[in-house]
Amino acid sequence: MKTRLSDSLLHVVLAVWALLVTLPLAWAVLSSLKTDAEIFASPWSLPASPQWGNWVRAWQEAHIGRYLLNTLIVVGGALVLVMLLGALTAYCLARYDFPGSRIIYFGLVAGMLFPVFLALVPLFFVVDQLGLLGTYHGLILVYAAYALPFTVFLLHAFFRGLPTATAEAAFIDGCSHAGVFFRVMLPMARPGMVSVGIFNFLGLWNQYLLPLVLNPDPDRYVLAQGLAALAVSQGYRSDFSGLFAGLVIAILPVLAAYVLFQRQIRAGLTAGAVR
Amino acid sequence: MRHGRYRFLIGALAPPLLLYGVFVVSPYAQAFYLALTDWDGLSAEARIVGLANFADLWSDPLFLAALRNNGILLLIVPTAVIALALFFAACLTLGGGTKRRGVRGSGLYRIVYFFPQLLSVAILGVLFQFVYTPGDGLLNGLLGAVGLDSLERAWLADPATALPAVTAVMIWSAVGFYVVLFTAAMESVPTDVVEAAVLDGAGRFTVFRRITLPLVGDSVQTAFVYLGILALDGFALVQIMTVGPGGPDNATEVVGLTLYRAAFTYGEFGYASAMGVTLFFITLTLTALALRATRRERVELA
Repeated sequence: MKTRLSDSLLHVVLAVWALLVTLPLAWAVLSSLKTDAEIFASPWSLPASPQWGNWVRAWQEAHIGRYLLNTLIVVGGALVLVMLLGALTAYCLARYDFPGSRIIYFGLVAGMLFPVFLALVPLFFVVDQLGLLGTYHGLILVYAAYALPFTVFLLHAFFRGLPTATAEAAFIDGCSHAGVFFRVMLPMARPGMVSVGIFNFLGLWNQYLLPLVLNPDPDRYVLAQGLAALAVSQGYRSDFSGLFAGLVIAILPVLAAYVLFQRQIRAGLTAGAVR
Repeated sequence: MRHGRYRFLIGALAPPLLLYGVFVVSPYAQAFYLALTDWDGLSAEARIVGLANFADLWSDPLFLAALRNNGILLLIVPTAVIALALFFAACLTLGGGTKRRGVRGSGLYRIVYFFPQLLSVAILGVLFQFVYTPGDGLLNGLLGAVGLDSLERAWLADPATALPAVTAVMIWSAVGFYVVLFTAAMESVPTDVVEAAVLDGAGRFTVFRRITLPLVGDSVQTAFVYLGILALDGFALVQIMTVGPGGPDNATEVVGLTLYRAAFTYGEFGYASAMGVTLFFITLTLTALALRATRRERVELA
């Protein structure tokens, strides 16, 4: 009896935070379906009829569709690149003993200690001099370079932990070094690759500072950049409902993916933080 | 087995190391050099001015305001997030008696609590700018609905509430992640230890304080480091949410914003680099302190 009573107390406490978390999100979704007049009237009134036109306007006129496409290109490209290079590096450093391997490892991992703000000014000029300012591939290379330390750090521990017998057998069967990596070790490292991949996806999706500095062309804005620019530009302050719609379009894909794969995503992200 | 070993290693390591060298190592190294110059980005050569940039920093009211605000964030955000997250994680794992672990529906809470972690920081800034909007924003609307009209205000335009408003967003967005992290750590506490304590007459609270809490020490340490780094940033939220940006009377100025403005608005690249170097040494010191301070409390079990 005592247990049941205190359990309901716990539920009240937990439900309050759940409400605090969902309230702003629910409000944004609701507002994205209202007319501007309805938004101004009351934050909680339901729309008389859902204004899907807001979403269409955000997608087309406010270029949210283009920003989403840009984001997918940049984040997708950087994700593939950093996972490939990160896995190769981590594997070589974890499985081969050669002069300088420890120096390379610590040099890479030390990159996690430096705040990006420190590199910001010279990075701008490096990217500018290479003619990569405001290009997809420039952004992809920079994203991948800054995600590399953490990727190597996490995958290094993972490759260390894999058993050696399979790889040795493959070598005896005449498999090449690259063959062992791609056909034996990489498939065995799949769980680690998935969780580090999720970690990297959210990290890259989150980027705001790097595109702000390195991606000045409005046609190539990523979602975060485009949305922030819309929110501060005076012209769009009048179209509240359109902005809410843009916001919801930016939130929903990740939220939907999370609800589908929530267990793996939470496990992957927290495992990344602990190690 | 030895055949082609070095060819493979060189082929595999050259591209990532080149990428890392060009875009990460070289900018970091250049930043330390630029910090000692007065480079404006246009002149062909940078003049070495020694430590003059650093001396200027300490008499720059904007930088000092930024430092103070990051300091306030650093004092409040990690402590508040960890306290709240430990509390909710305890609620999630302690309920349901000692036999069944966790309250009913704890899975659902975990899903919902994690939502803010999935919002990119720019989206967070735009969303909460609306929440705090005077007049028709969510916060003022709610206050009005429950009859607290007198508390309604322009949260982000008032120097007294601008920084607390930004702080609240940081806390709101971070708590869920650490609830999940701490819950996982608490659930890894071996059952037999808990059962033994219960047999010895320990109540729920004693079990939590004496057994669970010491065992999540490692996670708490990690959390302090990550949240400290988060509190020293704040750039995106402030830049998007607050007027100026930087807030009324520089109430929400943060070091990242001062640096960004010095470099990309005023072209003071040497001066901005000096701020970056200062930020680096602050980060390094705090990380070392956090790792040291909590090391002694480590407990090994199971």
